[in-house]
Amino acid sequence: MGGYGDVQMIDENGLRMDGRKPGDVRPITIETGVVPVADGSCRMTWGTNEAIVAVYGPMEAHPRKIQRQDRAVLDVTYNMAPFSTTDRIRPGFNRRSREISKVTADALESVVLLELYPRSKIRISIEITSAEAGTRCVGLTAASVALADAGIPMTDLVVSVASGKINDVVVCDLNKEEDNYGEADLPMGVLPNSGELVFLQMDGDLSPDEFKQAWDYNIDAAMEVHKLMVDALKGGEN
Amino acid sequence: MVASTVMKGWPVARLDTMSRESSADGPRDSRRALVVVPGEDLGVSEGYEAGHGVLVVDGRLKSTKQGRMNTKGSTVSVEPLHTTYMPRPGDLVIGHIEGCTNNIWFVDIGAPFNSILPMSLGPAKVEFGGTRKILDIGDSILCRVQEVEETHQSVVTMKGLGLRKIKSGALDDVDPHLLGRLIGKGGNFLRDLKLESECRIVVAENGRLWIDGDLDGIFKVRNCLKEISLEARQVGGVN
Repeated sequence: MGGYGDVQMIDENGLRMDGRKPGDVRPITIETGVVPVADGSCRMTWGTNEAIVAVYGPMEAHPRKIQRQDRAVLDVTYNMAPFSTTDRIRPGFNRRSREISKVTADALESVVLLELYPRSKIRISIEITSAEAGTRCVGLTAASVALADAGIPMTDLVVSVASGKINDVVVCDLNKEEDNYGEADLPMGVLPNSGELVFLQMDGDLSPDEFKQAWDYNIDAAMEVHKLMVDALKGGEN
Repeated sequence: MVASTVMKGWPVARLDTMSRESSADGPRDSRRALVVVPGEDLGVSEGYEAGHGVLVVDGRLKSTKQGRMNTKGSTVSVEPLHTTYMPRPGDLVIGHIEGCTNNIWFVDIGAPFNSILPMSLGPAKVEFGGTRKILDIGDSILCRVQEVEETHQSVVTMKGLGLRKIKSGALDDVDPHLLGRLIGKGGNFLRDLKLESECRIVVAENGRLWIDGDLDGIFKVRNCLKEISLEARQVGGVN
């Protein structure tokens, strides 16, 4: 967290810089089947974030040393395109992308029925083409839609949302300025049908009450996002 | 609409998936073949059996795939919109040679696990070390699954009537679960397609097709396959 404490990001009426109330989420669109050659794919826009996710497999796991005799492995690659932010990002892996790839794989492993495909691999490529803030949440949510689109058996979809603190006020779904100059950030991954938690990170400090407020915001937002995911997968049916 | 439940000490909002007509008692009306998504509640499990794409969790049926829900008798299943081929012994498949050693070919049959074609089951007599003279990397073959081990490793054979290296025509593929649609009732659709395109069409169980004929005929078949795939991928399409 930046800790530039005197940057005013919320006005006296409780409205944020982009006009949202503390519990509001940025506008979201979800589209499936956007990469024709992939087994499953998804494009998700979340505010000015945009992620394109392609899923391939299950396929034989190479190199052989990554094979697991009793289950499949998830090979998740999170990458931010060099043009995704105003400052050009050096192409290729870095510490941040490795970390996000790992936590995304860990979160998805808890829902994908990996034991049905021993010794194989499911490849998930997450490409962030436009980044504002909360790209790990967009990537994880879009990856779960793309997995469902690929026909990979899963016990539930994963929805990921982040809340944080700006000017001592807990708000949901931070934008770029709030993320840079805010005091805390709490991204979470939730299974909407069972209410289980599969992913939790925290950056900055929150009091127990603030933590509970951020948690509630995340859960409520996750339920709303889940409806959009279901609509996208059902194509407006039912 | 939002019910409340408690998880690990914190109050957690939970979407009531039993709203709408979904699952008051037992699975929903199969005649409408509803589209479901992973994790969706399909109703109480009592009196029903979980079929393909369905799990029983705490006495309730739960979908594990995106697809159309079917109820046949007492079995509830989900017909997925996208599937992966899982090999079974006896399946006729079209494979691509991906690699070879002195006495084994590695064959990609579109399954999550590659198959092996031992020298002894190859198309011709091979001397040790001479595998690439018979089948080289990139070649396509019509073969049959001989055995599938518990570890999902499979062995294919080219000993059998009609099994051969594919040297002419074109290859295309559809999702394996769409083969029923392509073949039609009693093979009618496929027979009509063969007559119309004047092509020889071999449908393999891994969703790959060998289309042999003149160029116009191949285009006709390919367009037809494209239509079938598109129709099936559109949610709310053919049923």
